[in-house]
Amino acid sequence: MLDFPRWKRIWLWSLLLLVSIASLPSLASLGGIAWPEELPDPAINLGLDLAGGSHILLEADTSQIAAQRLETMEESVRTAMRQAEPSIRIGDVSTRDGRLTFMVESAADVDRARELMLPLVNGTGLTREWSLAVVDETRFVLTPTQQGLDEALNQAMDSAKDVIDRRINAIGTLEPTIIRQGENRIVVQAPGQQDPEALKALIGQTAKLEFKLVDLNALPSDIAAGNAPPGSQIYPYADGSPGAGTSIAVRRLGGIKGDNLVGAQQGFDSRDNTPVVNIQFDQQGAAKFARLTTQNVNKPFAIILDDKVLSAPNINEPIRGGTAQISGGFTVESANQLAIALRSGALPVDLKVIEERTVGPDLGADSIRSGLIAMGIGTGLVLLLMIVTYGRFGIYADIALVLNVLMIMGVMAVMNATLTLPGIAGFVLTIGAAVDANVLINERIREERRRGRSVVSAVEHGYKEASRAIFDANITNVIAATLLFLFGQGPVKGFAVVLVIGIVTSVFTAVTITRMWVAGWLRRARPSDINI
Amino acid sequence: MKLLKLVPDDTNISFLRWRMPFFIVSGLLILASWALVAFQGLNLGVDFVGGQMIRTTFVGQAEAPVPQMRDTIAKLGYGDPIIQRFGADNEASIRMKLPEGSEAQPDLANTMANRITGALKAEFPDVRIDGVDSVSGKVSEELFRTGLLSLLLSMVAISIYIWVRFEWQFGVGALLALFHDVSLTLGFFALTQLEFDLNIVAAILTIIGYSLNDTIVVYDRIRENLKKFRKMPIPELLDLSVNETLSRTVMTNLSLLIALIPLLAFGPASLFGMTAAITLGIFIGTYSSIYMAAPLLIWMGVKSDSFVPQADASDKAERIARGETA
Repeated sequence: MLDFPRWKRIWLWSLLLLVSIASLPSLASLGGIAWPEELPDPAINLGLDLAGGSHILLEADTSQIAAQRLETMEESVRTAMRQAEPSIRIGDVSTRDGRLTFMVESAADVDRARELMLPLVNGTGLTREWSLAVVDETRFVLTPTQQGLDEALNQAMDSAKDVIDRRINAIGTLEPTIIRQGENRIVVQAPGQQDPEALKALIGQTAKLEFKLVDLNALPSDIAAGNAPPGSQIYPYADGSPGAGTSIAVRRLGGIKGDNLVGAQQGFDSRDNTPVVNIQFDQQGAAKFARLTTQNVNKPFAIILDDKVLSAPNINEPIRGGTAQISGGFTVESANQLAIALRSGALPVDLKVIEERTVGPDLGADSIRSGLIAMGIGTGLVLLLMIVTYGRFGIYADIALVLNVLMIMGVMAVMNATLTLPGIAGFVLTIGAAVDANVLINERIREERRRGRSVVSAVEHGYKEASRAIFDANITNVIAATLLFLFGQGPVKGFAVVLVIGIVTSVFTAVTITRMWVAGWLRRARPSDINI
Repeated sequence: MKLLKLVPDDTNISFLRWRMPFFIVSGLLILASWALVAFQGLNLGVDFVGGQMIRTTFVGQAEAPVPQMRDTIAKLGYGDPIIQRFGADNEASIRMKLPEGSEAQPDLANTMANRITGALKAEFPDVRIDGVDSVSGKVSEELFRTGLLSLLLSMVAISIYIWVRFEWQFGVGALLALFHDVSLTLGFFALTQLEFDLNIVAAILTIIGYSLNDTIVVYDRIRENLKKFRKMPIPELLDLSVNETLSRTVMTNLSLLIALIPLLAFGPASLFGMTAAITLGIFIGTYSSIYMAAPLLIWMGVKSDSFVPQADASDKAERIARGETA
């Protein structure tokens, strides 16, 4: 046991040196020293609770996806039937109860209508996205399949993630992390974000832009009562817009969605110099926009953003150039924010903030400082206790402890692990616990000496007998810490990481490394008695 | 140099003689803890009930204007906030729970948080918002469930490990000792009404790990002594084992405490609850290793001849061959 071959010593020393070197960049950054850029810097990441920043969890409303799919299908069906040669007349269309039903007016057209429907109900792949049934001879029932809904949700979440990515990049946040979580959630982590509210407003904005014709036949009393005439729906004016507080009825179908935008910039209205957003359509969008405006000159159309009306200007002349101006009581900031949101595309589904954890940069810095002070004092006291209790063996334990701290930092840096506020507590706890293995060994050596064993035999027995207890005791800690990691959230995960790394490195330094030193000393000095 | 010895050599304290009184005391403490949890309840943080926790600093003021803050927030109509000092005198934390029946609005917690910070900024120009945690009802429910699950799973996993490494009596003994530790910690939080959040769950899991540390060191020595002194009566053998490991127990727990106490005194305010729980857990855990985990072995009928270490099959065969009995 006290025999350490040279290769083993070299191997252990190199390992120690390597992980200690890996801890240097982190040490430098804690001490406020700039690390030379030419050198690799595997530094420990600071968690959002230490560095300051925002963690935002967004959730999509899955029922909205189903409703959107029904609406799109209704439009597709109407278009397909109208474009058929000769066209098929349908009626009694309904999208209630999560399915689309409609009647073909002439029973003779049922087979032809069915043919037209088939390409619509099959998805792009092998999956069938809708199930189609004909009941009572002329009534079609389209029910979305679970597979189709899942696929739609999955696609919507993927593209929502991309949209958020583009929006956050547009405001220049440093190294944001955007990841999908589960079926309908997205996590956004933005370190160092100074204004979390602006960030939330930007990523939470659906930015669904629509242009719909105003229903001029709707009675004001109906609108006030919230009763939409057939084929219309009622939208409220947005807060801050000229009509805020009132509502307006618009035609449900036949409008244009903002999908075909290629650009959006904040600008100023040439007449009254108020902030506006200028948008540009692509070719397809421009053509649609031209058609809508040509057919409806001198009629008002509503500009609707996220189901709220911004403004409802009159169409004075056909707009053919593919550009348009959105007004609606903006400030420069809100116009700019809308422009960013529109440029990066609409979110395919509304996302709601269901969890937010934001820490200001000042608090984070305070936490690091007070955490480090506590760590320094605690470490100093533990080091002292070990020396006064175990003498030379305590010094070995102390060096092992210091190396252990360096190793934890090094391993964390190499693993690119994140240090959180509870992680600091984990660090402190590890310092207290790291000496446990040495305490077990040293106590055992004391005991064996009392029983009259020779120095070498006592040390040998001390390490051997204590090892089993050390192993068993630490495995249970690893089990607890692993569960903590698996089930923990955010900062608690960081605590678990530090704990597990600390347990492994402390056993290594306490058992293997100190044994090497003790063995070396015993061989060199050949003491007949030891002070322990 | 004369070295410090916290525990004199050859201590011979008969811990086990007092096992009945201590066992009764522990039982009563467990009952009292659960009664406290049931009737007083835990002061669950926003992590588990939903709502928001906002930390503020009033830059340039000596003291946070708590009454005015309360008025400002109460005007928003969400109910009365819980406002507390948090760290320095000019720092305050504001806690609001979600109103009843808010399940239909998943983003209500966040909207509330935005309105509260907005109102504070408008009313107090020198307020600095240091941190905002807002958790919706759905998320808090999930956090509560996973927190509870991780506690139960770790207790079961650790007990199974000990059962495999030792004997079933040891696994049950460890599990009961853990139950004792967790109960008393919960009782402490019910009594003090310190905020019970995710960090506390982490603390309890840590306590479980370290309490087991002590228990296992004692158990390991019991196993060793059972092999060594086959004729010794069990209570005596347990006392011997506890005494032999006593100086280690004292040293390790002392070093843990002297590392943790500076963190309690000088560490970040938001870690106070967690550190307090771990510190308390170290005391409870040490006590339970000696007065719960060890005596339970007597009642569960560990005898010198019934305990045969599984790892040592040859030893078992030898004993059976010799037909040794206690």
